[in-house]
Amino acid sequence: MGYYLDFEKPLEELEYKIEELKKLSDGSEIDIASEIRSLEKKAKNLRSEIFSKLSPWHKTLLARHPERPYTLDYINMIVEDFVELHGDRRFADDPAVVGGIGKIDGIAMVIIGHQKGRGTRERIIRNFGQPNPEGYRKALRLMKLAERFRKPVVAFIDTPGAYPGMGAEERGQSEAIAANLMEMSKLKTPIISIVIGEGGSGGALAMSVADRLYMLQHSVYSVISPEGCAAILWRKNGDLGTEDFAKAADALKLTAEDLKAFKIIDDIILEPLGGAHREPEVMAKTIKEYILKALELLKTKNLARLVEDRYKKIRKIGSIVTV
Amino acid sequence: MAWFKKKKEVKAEKKVKIPEGLWVKCDSCREIIYKREIEKNLNVCPKCNYHFRISAHERIRFIADEDSFVEMDIELETTNPLNFQDSMPYITRIEENKKKSGLNEAVIYGDALIKQRPVVLAIMDFSFMGGSMGSVVGEKIARAAERALEKKAPLITVSSSGGARMQEGMFSLMQMAKVSAAIARLKETDVLYISILADPTFGGVTASFAMLGDIIIAEPKSLIGFAGPRVIEQTIKQQLPENFQRAEFLLEHGMIDMVIERKELKNTIYKLIEHFMPANIANSS
Repeated sequence: MGYYLDFEKPLEELEYKIEELKKLSDGSEIDIASEIRSLEKKAKNLRSEIFSKLSPWHKTLLARHPERPYTLDYINMIVEDFVELHGDRRFADDPAVVGGIGKIDGIAMVIIGHQKGRGTRERIIRNFGQPNPEGYRKALRLMKLAERFRKPVVAFIDTPGAYPGMGAEERGQSEAIAANLMEMSKLKTPIISIVIGEGGSGGALAMSVADRLYMLQHSVYSVISPEGCAAILWRKNGDLGTEDFAKAADALKLTAEDLKAFKIIDDIILEPLGGAHREPEVMAKTIKEYILKALELLKTKNLARLVEDRYKKIRKIGSIVTV
Repeated sequence: MAWFKKKKEVKAEKKVKIPEGLWVKCDSCREIIYKREIEKNLNVCPKCNYHFRISAHERIRFIADEDSFVEMDIELETTNPLNFQDSMPYITRIEENKKKSGLNEAVIYGDALIKQRPVVLAIMDFSFMGGSMGSVVGEKIARAAERALEKKAPLITVSSSGGARMQEGMFSLMQMAKVSAAIARLKETDVLYISILADPTFGGVTASFAMLGDIIIAEPKSLIGFAGPRVIEQTIKQQLPENFQRAEFLLEHGMIDMVIERKELKNTIYKLIEHFMPANIANSS
């Protein structure tokens, strides 16, 4: 039995009942297998129903689900012989960003990503997936290595945002992000970025200037969190609540569907029913297929063309009219 | 009563231009100062040297040679891609800000001369939606960089911004990538890019073109950073030191080249251009 979000509560009750029945049937003579089967079917239908009409706020919660697979989970599932590399060679090693080299389906790639922690202790160590400048500089160091050794880059995006701390400001959070945006725009090797959970503003963008930008079905990508947006728009006396956040999440158009329609992302990677955390192995396999498929296409371009196409892709994003 | 009469006359004459009054209180030292005196001093407080926030057009007046600025792409306008609406539709908010600021958007750019040297100048204006960067701002900065590259003329930007423009959602965020990519191309060449940071410069603007200058100059005491001070205080749950995120703090931490007073700015820019891109070489190419 996992962790259920509020909107999944009806499902939780049903699945709890199924578990109980299963326990009961183990030690008894009574045949309740058919009962269980029918309940399981009901649960599946209920889940389909709930997940067919998720609101942007529900998706935000799913994207932050504590059991959702993180970067290292995917690395463990799809990368062979992964060697993690550390440090920005300037100040520190940032545990909120991980990176290294390994093989996916026999092809060596540099893999980087934001890393959230599981459990209180690791969450604190990972700073809840909010990088300091060192994290971005480590990622850039590894991307430059990838360029030199002609290895593709795969970046997993999953952060509430770059860390708003004193040290981060002192050590140039802005410069670190800006440098990544600039360098990624001209990196002479294929870059594939996948938003696996939260795409939190500039902190996410700093690793997603890519030839292919994908989002998992229930991930979100936004210029500001729904909470932050609500606080700015509806400064009211007293606390803001779920309703305000839901309204802001609607307004921000932060879902994969919205961003695909805006042509800001290239494709949506479908998740198993109930979300990536329900069947991590299935999710990982799909992600792996997307990476390999994208790479197949990107490697047919020569590097000059690759970089030129990436520039054009970024350059044309905007919503402008000439009056 | 000659004294009384004179005051009245001045008031009538100035009424249209400065409806908020003849006297202003300095944001920094709290002194009450005659507005004309501040204006004559490039909008710098004569008592404490505080650099007031000024409009893009006022900036052009003391950076560029007189009447040399030719604005480009004035007609670019944002759409409302998200159909965003808070207390009013986004488009209505844009119209209101146009009226309030006298500008079409939060940045203006074009060709200009600095002591006869051709440059491309892009200047942000905080009074237009907090200088936020939406699609139009991003597009204009990118075009300014491309024009500088094409003309082999130095690019000079003046930033003053709260960051990304929330009302344009991800379109706004992506402008950070767009302007950084355009600057990247400029930086492959020997065309100089000078970035000037004015009070305040934050978020998506700092974390893109503003911090990518070959040379970065800030105005005294300007607040400059990635995250706003209030957000940081809420996160770390402690009060920030007095000089935190001020121009002088950034200088101390190696993030910018220098802190330059407004009255010295034009001269400093000119010297840098002359050193890096001497006129005789620039003209012959």
